[in-house]
Amino acid sequence: MSASDVLLSCEGVTRRFGGLVALDHLDLEVKRGDILGFLGPNGSGKTTFFNVLTGIYDFSDGQAHFAGENISKHSAQAVYRAGIARTFQRSRMCLSLSLFDNIMVGNHKHLNLGLGFNLFRRGAFARDLEQRYEQARDLVRAFSPNLADRMSEAVGGFPMLDRRRIEICRALISQPKLLLLDEPSAGMTHEETHQLMGDILSVREHTPELSIIIIEHEMSVMERITDHCAVLNFGKKICEGTYQDVVNNPQVREAYLGIE
Amino acid sequence: MQNNLIYRIPVLGRLSESNLSLFAGLLAALLTTGFAIWFLKAENEYVIGFLLALAVAVTLGVSRLGGLGYVGRAFSDHEKLMNGAAVCGVLALAAVFREDHFTLLMIAIVLLYMLAGLGLTIQFGYLGLVNLSGASFLGVGAYTSAVLLAHTAVPPLLVLVIGGVMSALVGCLLVLPVLRTKGHYSAVVTIAFAILFMSFLQVNDTLGGPQGLATGEMALFGWGFNTGIELENGFYGSFYLNYLLLALALLVIAFALVKRLERSWIGLSMDAVRLDETAAACYGLSIARWKVVGFTLGNFLIGMAGALYAMMLGFIAPANFSFGDSLILVSIVLLGGIGNPWGLAVAAAIVVILPEKLQMIQEYRFLLFAGLVVLVLLFRPDGLLPRGMRNYIPGGGARS
Ligand SMILES: Nc1ncnc2c1ncn2[C@@H]1O[C@H](COP(=O)(O)OP(=O)(O)OP(=O)(O)O)[C@@H](O)[C@H]1O
Ligand SMILES: [Mg+2]
Repeated sequence: MSASDVLLSCEGVTRRFGGLVALDHLDLEVKRGDILGFLGPNGSGKTTFFNVLTGIYDFSDGQAHFAGENISKHSAQAVYRAGIARTFQRSRMCLSLSLFDNIMVGNHKHLNLGLGFNLFRRGAFARDLEQRYEQARDLVRAFSPNLADRMSEAVGGFPMLDRRRIEICRALISQPKLLLLDEPSAGMTHEETHQLMGDILSVREHTPELSIIIIEHEMSVMERITDHCAVLNFGKKICEGTYQDVVNNPQVREAYLGIE
Repeated sequence: MQNNLIYRIPVLGRLSESNLSLFAGLLAALLTTGFAIWFLKAENEYVIGFLLALAVAVTLGVSRLGGLGYVGRAFSDHEKLMNGAAVCGVLALAAVFREDHFTLLMIAIVLLYMLAGLGLTIQFGYLGLVNLSGASFLGVGAYTSAVLLAHTAVPPLLVLVIGGVMSALVGCLLVLPVLRTKGHYSAVVTIAFAILFMSFLQVNDTLGGPQGLATGEMALFGWGFNTGIELENGFYGSFYLNYLLLALALLVIAFALVKRLERSWIGLSMDAVRLDETAAACYGLSIARWKVVGFTLGNFLIGMAGALYAMMLGFIAPANFSFGDSLILVSIVLLGGIGNPWGLAVAAAIVVILPEKLQMIQEYRFLLFAGLVVLVLLFRPDGLLPRGMRNYIPGGGARS
């Protein structure tokens, strides 16, 4: 494997909250086009890893290189500009804003934010809007044709499945290199989860370069969509390999059985 | 919609939805103007009470019949026409009361409060930054204009701009500590500033201390505003008419710009910052940048309103810019509908004119407004005229 195949590489990533070590010297590599499943019991540090990586929390120790760039000191904004987009475990949408607005929030790095452009060059703004609207609608249509007809409705009026879809569209609109999904199936039925994973797989078909890290508790989901998996317990990586390797690993079984 | 009562009226039934809404909108503008004239002319307290009851009853009645929906649609589908109608309404009032100093002053104050309210709308409505020192920033603009007009030869139109800039600069400094925090911390900082500013004015002798100081007049192209208009054909207009028209012009420009701001990527970014800072940061929005930009723009409008306010009053004192006045400004934004500039018109009119007309409630006006705000927030939590969904291109329909 050549070095350029590796999109993200983490070495000894650590995060402490006071005395609590939420993330303990995590080493991890993600290749271009890979889907990595991130497993672990509740409180094992999965979300914390996303928060550290995306600049919400500082690194207590360790480093992360993304596409050749050291991102361990990056702000959340800089991480996004580098090409990492994420969703949140507890869906964080602007419920009172329209579907289109929510998606455009995700496209911030491509928007012209100059006062002159926005206030005075309204003709140019209208053309820009038109083009971005079409682009957003195409993306949404790939997830659900029905949603593409409801671009101007408030997101608060959509059911959970659709909100998750919109949240993923918001993450994808800026064409990131790495997508972080934090329990996308939380709060959904089995059938809905199945549909959403189908959507994610089809996104991957269209953008084979996109890498994804997905946190999920639903084992069937992990089996269906991941290329390989990593398991955390008390902030430490206890196992890594294909889905089959991971579920048959005695340490993993113990970690899960020990909790439940 | 089709089995709506309005459709049973034979002539209206044949109009298209869009024309019907335009008709409703223009009718509403006409009736509102007529009502405003009647109300402003009324002097007897019983008549005023009756008119208020009438306004409430008609509004509720029309709303029951579904008519308000049409008026609302008129504003979204025929925006330019409705904006024009509103401006014509104000001009009609100005023409009718052209000789009446007091009424003109009152209307001009409503317009200036709306201008300041637009500033608060950017700050509070779009960015979620509570500003409890709106009146202090009016004061910054007002005192700037008083000092400049007294000691320099800066043209008064430029003084308005400098008043806005001064207020924006002070706001920039003030927003710095706010950037380091989340939540409604800006309320605390701005209250502190209001107190500071008031004490500063009270003890500063060059600014006239508690007695205040006289301000120069507005002048355009060498023509002083403090002289009434007298034409050869016998037309006479109070000098307040000059100020009213200038305030209206400033308001129209600011209104259009704030609307455009809301309908742009900037407005979207401000909304995103208000609604979820963490998510916004993860999508590259610089929280600090937007807060500074929004607070500064808002304060510019407030300061400019203050500068013109000072020229119009001719005399300013610390008491004009008290904490109570700041609360009045905030209550205008809350009452009207947070983030909706049209709401400001309704609320500013109520808040400024009502206590002047009903002298008996003067003393209780804070109590009354507090009660009104609580009632509105209870029964219409988004204000009298809630903000609608963003519509980037007015009347553009699909691309909303
Ligand atoms: N901001 C914080 N302050 C203090 N402790 C925190 C903070 N965020 C997370 N923790 C702690 O870090 C540990 C890891 O939490 P994290 O949310 O990463 O777990 P998780 O693996 O995502 O769990 P779940 O499956 O429940 O989402 C937990 O013990 C949690 O209480
Ligand atoms: Mg989690």
